[in-house]
Amino acid sequence: MHETMVAESLLATISEEAKTQNAKPVRAKISCGMLNAINDEALCFAFDAIAKGTSCEGIKLEIEHKPMRGQCKKCSEHFEVKLSHLKCPKCDGEEFDLLPDAPLLLEQIEFEME
Amino acid sequence: MSKKVDVGKKILSANEEYALKNSQLLAEQKKLCLNMISSPGSGKTTILAKTIRDMKDKIKIGVIEGDIQTDLDAEKIRATEAPAVQIETGGSCHLSAAQVSYALENLPVSELDLIFIENVGNLVCPSAFELGESGKIVVLSVAEGDDKPVKYPAIFAKSKVLLINKIDLLEAGAQVDFDIERVKADARRLNKGIEIFPISAKTGEGTSRWYNWLEESLKHLRGS
Repeated sequence: MHETMVAESLLATISEEAKTQNAKPVRAKISCGMLNAINDEALCFAFDAIAKGTSCEGIKLEIEHKPMRGQCKKCSEHFEVKLSHLKCPKCDGEEFDLLPDAPLLLEQIEFEME
Repeated sequence: MSKKVDVGKKILSANEEYALKNSQLLAEQKKLCLNMISSPGSGKTTILAKTIRDMKDKIKIGVIEGDIQTDLDAEKIRATEAPAVQIETGGSCHLSAAQVSYALENLPVSELDLIFIENVGNLVCPSAFELGESGKIVVLSVAEGDDKPVKYPAIFAKSKVLLINKIDLLEAGAQVDFDIERVKADARRLNKGIEIFPISAKTGEGTSRWYNWLEESLKHLRGS
């Protein structure tokens, strides 16, 4: 449940932006890599719970998971790394470099305008 | 009507600011700081107590202990006469950089060479929080099974060292299904630079390579 701390940071950032925009936030887009280990249900649950009674109550979170990517050492193919099949899909090579994982980002906030 | 605002901000930036502060403090004083992560019961505290005792003439070690409740682990560390600061996270499943910053203020950092952070027992959450450490150490004990690197890739991908603990169980012929070569191969596929030391904190087997690594890391830090 490290999602609780993620939710707290998210709430603080969105609240600040809502003040600047002087508008009600209704939706937020988040993206993350696999190594952030974010569980959607846990993050939404934590966010809903702490956002109650704040300007962020009722915001819908959209979470995009960016896959982990690798590059084959044998044939240089770039591919999506699947943990159940740690091989290059093109040449079956088992030696590959992991490319940097996507960071945990707040991408976009949608505000309701009167 | 609605308006979309692109933010593009790192969500954990508050934690990262503390992590940066910690790493700057440690770098200025040339202290090595290792963040130890594993499931509960893998033997982190036993490894630390043994390492402190065996290396006491060579490396001065202090420990930051993270636990959800109790200071039992800090007591075990203090029994070795090493300074230890306990952080009770009160339900939280991982340590944050702010907590580590507080703990560093309460340790005699200038008198130490190496600070271990024993994170809360959990293979998932602690891996997502940078604390300002020099590196992460993941501990896996043989009774946990050999599929862990593939099932919990984040921590294996991010660690400098994998300690495979309780290897005395394998040699004693215990009924443990643990293919050590599979673990090594899977961990290296996720992290080609990872150092892997199979050890028994109970019998001391394999620990000399781990101790050498600690000494070399300190030398490297001071030489740079």
